[in-house]
Amino acid sequence: MIPMVTTTSTPSKRTKIMSALIVALIIVSFLWLSMFLIGYKLDFATLLPFKQRLWQGFSATLIISVMSLLISLFIGAMTAIGQKSKVLVISYLAQAYVQIIRGTPLLVQIYFFFYIVGTAWGITNRNVAGALILSIFEGAYISEIIRGGLESIDRQQYEIAKAIGLSPAKTSRLVTFPILMSRILPALSGQFASIIKDSSLLSVIAVNELTQNTQEISSQNFRMFENYFFLGLLYFAMSFTVSMITRWLERVYKHADNT
Amino acid sequence: MQITLNNICKSFAGKVVLANVCFDEAFSSLAIVGPSGAGKSTLLRIIGGLLTPTAGELYIDAAKVIYEEKQLLSYRRTIGFVFQSKGLFEHLTALENVTLPLIHSFDMTTDKAIETAAQLFTRFGLEEEGHKYPSQLSGGQQQRIQIARAVAVKPKLLLLDEPTSALDPELTAEVLDMLGELQSDGLNTIIVTHEMGFAKKACEKIMFIADNTIVESGPSAQIFSNPQSQPLQSFLNKVLEWHV
Ligand SMILES: Nc1ncnc2c1ncn2[C@@H]1O[C@H](COP(=O)(O)OP(=O)(O)OP(=O)(O)O)[C@@H](O)[C@H]1O
Ligand SMILES: [Mg+2]
Repeated sequence: MIPMVTTTSTPSKRTKIMSALIVALIIVSFLWLSMFLIGYKLDFATLLPFKQRLWQGFSATLIISVMSLLISLFIGAMTAIGQKSKVLVISYLAQAYVQIIRGTPLLVQIYFFFYIVGTAWGITNRNVAGALILSIFEGAYISEIIRGGLESIDRQQYEIAKAIGLSPAKTSRLVTFPILMSRILPALSGQFASIIKDSSLLSVIAVNELTQNTQEISSQNFRMFENYFFLGLLYFAMSFTVSMITRWLERVYKHADNT
Repeated sequence: MQITLNNICKSFAGKVVLANVCFDEAFSSLAIVGPSGAGKSTLLRIIGGLLTPTAGELYIDAAKVIYEEKQLLSYRRTIGFVFQSKGLFEHLTALENVTLPLIHSFDMTTDKAIETAAQLFTRFGLEEEGHKYPSQLSGGQQQRIQIARAVAVKPKLLLLDEPTSALDPELTAEVLDMLGELQSDGLNTIIVTHEMGFAKKACEKIMFIADNTIVESGPSAQIFSNPQSQPLQSFLNKVLEWHV
């Protein structure tokens, strides 16, 4: 933000709106100027005939992202706990998963899981395969976020829970979970936004998501700038929504200790 | 209250911390004193059911404490425990810290729990602090809220592990005053402390631990005026050296 009025106390609503408008103006004029300098005139009407395809791609991306978000959270939570398991096989398995997935590019994983694993095990539906591959990929990052969060919790908090006679189940629900949430939500929020953006790579296995559809549209209307500009806008709308939702959750779980 | 320790032993990874601790006395307030690293906290945590002894038995009023997770869960609910510092849940306000055990360990309704907590806060002059988080409270306030939480559940025994050692003298007095008041109400307490003045004046009996075991114990007047063993004599000489 570029604050025109610098204040130490909380700025008034008017100052906030003014500042936001100025920022919006700067961004829009920068884009407009760039377009003007290369002498291109944007015409978004060229997208209109394709609105059906765009909508279909947008909803596919949305569904794949939401599915992946849920599945990757589950995988991440399970492997974070698994990494700390006393059974070495489970612990090593979880660690190997995290290291291998984080150590290889998503593109390689998409090809490998789709053409080798997917074919071998009969997962041929591209949407399902895409959502699963994305979940496996993001799950490894989420696993590390959760593991780090769990390790950051002071052991004394569990000692208190024990001393007041709290059952293990209630300790998880009333102590571990809320403290964990307040610590990892900012990092999770970034990861969720990554899921949405990373889903665009699924176009390489021809999943009919937003990027794939935009590529197809481009080969018909040859309006690259309009198409991709709009594509970026749609992705931003999705990740901005996620960002706002997690900000709200952050406020729910915020306590004075982590201000 | 009668506490019986029968050959309690505890070692961590082969290192002996408590060896054959035996004790059998009735008291309403007991102070555990002794040099650093002697095993005072370890013994207190065993009595509180937070740590399982390697060997030996503990009896509270002749009832044996079973060190099995299921029995310990209900045993711990009958005991209040106050930690040296950082003894509050960091994600809960002072009031929530006190109501959580009432609601979730004792199945009290939320309204009743808040009422119980509010009464204690009023009694101990903590009304202003109810909505604050631990990081917004002074060390003394945190300790008093810990004590409030522990007594809110009406424990049969209150255990305190050096509740004032992280506090400056003024706050120490604040906490000890509160404790003295509870003791005179008839609450049974065991306190590990370096505050010899408090041990002497406010505690009925003293247990002196050194070299992994109880070296001497007895009524506080006798322990301070007429120490029998050489280790206790030199311990008292050291800690009382700068006493005014
Ligand atoms: N969980 C543990 N693992 C290994 N060793 C431990 C553990 N807890 C305590 N000890 C060891 O046991 C010994 C006694 O510790 P304890 O905390 O009971 O002493 P203390 O008398 O309370 O000392 P202080 O006055 O400094 O608090 C110490 O040498 C300590 O290092
Ligand atoms: Mg100690």
